[in-house]
Amino acid sequence: MSTQPFRLPRGGRIDRARPHRFIFNGRAYSGYAGDTLAAALLANGIHLVGRSFKYHRPRGIVTAGVEEPNALVQLGVGARSEPNLRATQCELYDGLIATSQNCWPSLRFDLGAINDRLARFLPAGFYYKTFMWPPSAWMQYEHAIRRMAGLGTAPEERDSDRYDKRLVHCDVLVVGAGPAGLAAALAAGRTGARVILADEQVEFGGSLLSGSAEIDGRPALDWVARATAELDWMAEAKLLRRATVFGYYDHNYLAIVERVADHLANPGEREPRQRLWKVRARQVVLATGAIERPLIFRDNDRPGIMLAGAARAYAHRYAAVPGRRTVVFTNNDSAYAAALDLIEAGGPVTTLIDIRAEPQGELADAVRAHGVEVIGGSAIVATSGRHRVKGVEVMRLTPDGTGVAGPVKYRDCDVVCMSGGWTPAVHLFSQSRGTLAYDSTHGCFVPSRAAQATHVAGICNGAWTLAECLRQGFTAGTAAARAAGFVEVAAAAAPPAPEPTATPPRILWAVPSDRAGTTSKHFVDFQNDVTVADIQLAAREGYRSVEHVKRYTTSGMGTDQGKLGNIPALGVLSDVLAADLPSLGTTTFRPPYTPVSFGALTGRDIDALADPIRVTPMHDWHVANGAIFEDVGQWKRPHFYPRAGETMRAAVDREVTAARTAVGILDASTLGKIDIQGPDAVTLLNRIYTNGWTTLEAARCRYGLMLKDDGMVIDDGVTTRLAPDHFHMTTTTGNAARVLGWLEEWVQTEWPDLRVYMASVTEQWAVATLSGPRARDVLAAAGTDLDLAPTAFPSQSMRQGAVAGMPARVFRVSFTGELSYEVNVPARCGGALWEALIAAGAPFGITPYGTEAMHVLRAEKGFIIVGQETDGTVTPLDLGLDRLVSKTKDFIGKRALLRPDTQRSDRKQLVGLLTEDPNEVLPEGAQIVVERRPEPPMPMIGHVTSSYFSPTLGRSIALALIVGGRARHGETLCVPLLGKTVKVEVAESCFYDRDGARANG
Amino acid sequence: MLRIPCPYCGPRDETEFAYGGEAHIARPQNPATTTDADWADFLFMRKNPKGRHRERWMHARGCRQWFNVERDTVTHQIVTVYRMGEPPPETPR
Ligand SMILES: [Zn+2]
Repeated sequence: MSTQPFRLPRGGRIDRARPHRFIFNGRAYSGYAGDTLAAALLANGIHLVGRSFKYHRPRGIVTAGVEEPNALVQLGVGARSEPNLRATQCELYDGLIATSQNCWPSLRFDLGAINDRLARFLPAGFYYKTFMWPPSAWMQYEHAIRRMAGLGTAPEERDSDRYDKRLVHCDVLVVGAGPAGLAAALAAGRTGARVILADEQVEFGGSLLSGSAEIDGRPALDWVARATAELDWMAEAKLLRRATVFGYYDHNYLAIVERVADHLANPGEREPRQRLWKVRARQVVLATGAIERPLIFRDNDRPGIMLAGAARAYAHRYAAVPGRRTVVFTNNDSAYAAALDLIEAGGPVTTLIDIRAEPQGELADAVRAHGVEVIGGSAIVATSGRHRVKGVEVMRLTPDGTGVAGPVKYRDCDVVCMSGGWTPAVHLFSQSRGTLAYDSTHGCFVPSRAAQATHVAGICNGAWTLAECLRQGFTAGTAAARAAGFVEVAAAAAPPAPEPTATPPRILWAVPSDRAGTTSKHFVDFQNDVTVADIQLAAREGYRSVEHVKRYTTSGMGTDQGKLGNIPALGVLSDVLAADLPSLGTTTFRPPYTPVSFGALTGRDIDALADPIRVTPMHDWHVANGAIFEDVGQWKRPHFYPRAGETMRAAVDREVTAARTAVGILDASTLGKIDIQGPDAVTLLNRIYTNGWTTLEAARCRYGLMLKDDGMVIDDGVTTRLAPDHFHMTTTTGNAARVLGWLEEWVQTEWPDLRVYMASVTEQWAVATLSGPRARDVLAAAGTDLDLAPTAFPSQSMRQGAVAGMPARVFRVSFTGELSYEVNVPARCGGALWEALIAAGAPFGITPYGTEAMHVLRAEKGFIIVGQETDGTVTPLDLGLDRLVSKTKDFIGKRALLRPDTQRSDRKQLVGLLTEDPNEVLPEGAQIVVERRPEPPMPMIGHVTSSYFSPTLGRSIALALIVGGRARHGETLCVPLLGKTVKVEVAESCFYDRDGARANG
Repeated sequence: MLRIPCPYCGPRDETEFAYGGEAHIARPQNPATTTDADWADFLFMRKNPKGRHRERWMHARGCRQWFNVERDTVTHQIVTVYRMGEPPPETPR
C-alpha cells in the first residue's frame, strides 16, 4: 500500500479520518472519502491512466470533471461492472476496483502503441479509406479495431442493480449549482416557486469548490453553505446532487440522471442505483458553467500535461498536487489565478509561459512575487517524456503568432498546466434550439436567443467574473420565477465579489512549432486522437462543412463528444480555410450531455413490466396441458400442444388431422371484437367494408374486407348482425386496437353525423372454437338448448342460448373449412366452458389445437391472414376476392381500385404453389424467379407468403404473391435458395374442398 | 417531448397522443366522378411546411377524441388547438 506521496499535509475537502483502499490495474492504493478516483491516483503520483484510441499513446488525467477525454476506466467487476467511466467523476469508496481501458496487454507495455510509429499510414479517414472493401471483410476488421480501440467491455452478466424513474413538474428548474445557479435558485425559491436545483457534482458550489475566491469579504464556500442551508429550508425546493441534466427537449422537458448509489461500496437494498428524473419545467435557468480549453501545441498529450483549472482543483479541493515542478502555459488570466492557488496550496510553480506579450498588472506581479519565471510572447514548441512529461522547449512567437523564432529555452518539469481559455457549456442551451453568438474576444460561443422558456446565467452566459455570475444568477432566478407567476417578496441583491480588471486572452488555435512534418502531433481531440494535421488534411481533401470535417476526422465523436476539442477544432479549420470561425457554425449538440446507462433509461420497465402480457381466461389450462406458447402482439397464444416425445411437426400434423377427421378445439378468445350500435351502424359498415351489409338479416354473419382509401387491404373478419341496429365485429387478433381506432377516426372526423357507437369487447368474451366433422356432436354432448340441426342453425349464422349451462353466443363460421362453432361466453366463464367442452368431446377424440395447426388448416383452404398474405400493397383484386367488392355502393378504397395502378394486369396476385418435391417446405419470404440464372441479377417476380406441410394432402403447400400470378396457373417457376433451386408449380390458392361442402354441411 | 393541450382533457404529454397528419384535407364528395389525378392528389399529396402547420392529433391514451392542432414545425410551438369541425381560429403570426 502506497503512502500518497503527493497528498498535501492539510487542506482539501476530503475526510482524512476515513481512508479508503482501492485497486487500480491490480495494484492497491489508498485515498480518502471525498476523493475522486482521479484525485486519489494523483495523490499517489499516478498520471498514466490510459492509452489513446488510435495511436495508443500514453495518456494522463487532463481534467477534473465531466469533460475528461483520457482517464476512462472500467469500474467494478462482474454484473456491476461498467465501462467508459471518467475517473474524474468516480467517487472513491472503500474497495473500489478500476482498470484502464484501451491498452493490451498492459498499460505500460501496450502492443497497440506500434500504431504511433505507423502514424503516417493512419491519416484522418483511414478507416473509411481502408476498411470499406470488400464489405464482407468489414466484420473482421471491426472486431480487430474494437479490440485495439478498447472501449471497455460490456458486462456479460445480468445487471444486478435496480433503477428508478420519476416524472415531476416544477416552476423553475435550475441547472448547475455554482455561484450563478445557487443565486438563481435562491432568488426563485424566495418567491415560493417550486424549484429544482440539479448539479452533477457531489456537493454544491461548482467552480467555487476548486478555488480560493471570496464573496462578501469571506471565503466563497461560506456563502455556498449559507445558500444551501437556506434552500434546504424551503419547502418547495428540491435539491439534487450527483444529478446530471443530460437532455433538454421540447416544451421545457428535461431529463436528469441522479447517481443515487454509485458512490457506495455497499448500496442499500431499498435504494436504486440511479434514478432518471423526467422534468417538465415552466421555466429553466441554465447555469451550466464553462469548460477550460487545452492549448493545441506539439505533443500536448503527454501524461502530466493537464488543464490549469484541473491542477488547481486537485490541489485545492482534494489536497493532491499533480507534481513538484510545474510549468504553466496560458493565453489568458485564469491560469495566473490557478498558479497562485497552486502555490498557496503547496504545489511549486517554476515557470509561466504566456502567449500574450509581456504580461503586466496585478496577477503577473503576484506570480513573480512568488519567484515564478514569467516568459511572455512565447510558446511551448515541444515536450519530452514518454510515460510522464519531463520537460518543455520554449521559443518566442513571431508577432503574427504563426511561427516561432530565436533560441530555445529548456525547462524541466513534471507537470504542465495549460489554459487555452474557457468555453461556456452551451450544450443544453443549444439542445433546446437556442441560437448562439460568437464572442471573438474569448474565442467561444455564448447563448444568443432562447427558443424556449429558458434563462441563462453565469459563465455559460459569458459572465467572466464571479461578481457578474452572482448578479446574473439573481436576475435570472427572479425573472424565471416571475415568468412562472411568482413575485419576489423582497428584492434579492447579489452579494459583492471582487472584479479584477482583465487582460483579454490571445486566441491562437494551433500553437506553432519549429518542427513540422508527419511525426509532429498537435492534439485537438485527445480521445479520438485527432490532430491539427488531420483537420488540415480534411480541408485539403475538400471538406468544408464542419459536420463533414467532424465525421471525416472523427473529431468530437468520442464518448466525451469533444467537450475540450470542438472549439479548437473549429478554430484550426477556420485558420486553414481562412474563413471566419462563426461562419463555419458549430456541430449540433445532441443529448445526452454525458453518457447515460441503459439501466437508468429503462428503469423498472424490464421483464414482465417491459410490455403488458395478455392471457386468455383459458390460459391456465393451456399451461397445465403443456402448450408451447407463441407471442401474437401482447397475447400469449398456444402455438401447439406437444405430447411427450413429440416433435412440433408431429404435434401439428396430429392436431390438423384431428380437426379434419374428428374434432379440434381452439382458444380464439384473442380475436378482436368490437360492439357497434346505433341507427346508423349499418351505414358505417357499408362504408367501411367492401361488401354490402344492408340486406344482412339479424342473427346472420358475413365475412368482410376493410380497405384504406388507397385501396389496400387492412383487415378482414366476420361481422354479425345481432339486431337491426346492433353488430358484433371481429378483427384479426393483432389488429383489434387499430381497427377500433380506424372506425373512431372516420366517425369523428368525416362522418360526425352518423349515430353510431363503438366499444372494444375483446376481453369481455372468451371464445372456444369447435372445428371438425364431430363439432356438432360435441356441442350437443356439452348440453345446449340450441337446435343444432343444419336447417335450424345454418352456416353463417349466430344463435344465443345456453352451452354447458353458460350464457353463450354461438357463431357458425369456419376458418378451417370444417363444420365449426365459435362458442362465445362471458370472459369469467371461459375456463369452465373450455373444460366442459374438452370433457364432452373426449368420446369424439377432441384435440386442442394451437395457432400453427390453425394456420395449416386455413392455408389448406387458401384463406388469407392480413399481415401475412397482405403487406399494405395488396388489393382485394390482387387476392382474387373480387366477389367481395360491391359494384353498387361506395366504400372506403373503392375509387382507388379504379386507378390505373391498381388495374394493372402485372400486379402481384395471390396463388398457390406446389413444390416438385412434395416434402420440400419453402421458407416464407423466399423470392420467386422465372428461371435460375448462374449469376444475379434475376428479376424477382414474387415471394412466398405462407408455407406449411399439409398432413391432409400429404405434401407441402404454399401461398405466394406473384406478378400476373393467376394467368400463370400450371407454369413452373423457380425459388432460388442457398445451395439449391426449388421448382414449383403455380396452382389454385385453395388446396382442399374447393366447393366448401365440409363447412356447410 | 411536446406538451399538447387536449381540448377535452387539458395539457398532456405527447406520448398520450397519436399523430394524424395534415388537417383539413377534404375527401372528394363524389369519388366516382373524381379524376384519377385529383384522387391521387387527395390520397398522397401533403404539405410539408417549414413553419405553421395545421394537423390532426388523437388523444389515444386519454379521451380518444380527434382534434386539430396548429403547430410550428420549426419551433414546435403549439399555436392553437380546436375541435373537429370547428374552423381554424385566426392566429397572429
Ligand atoms: Zn383528451
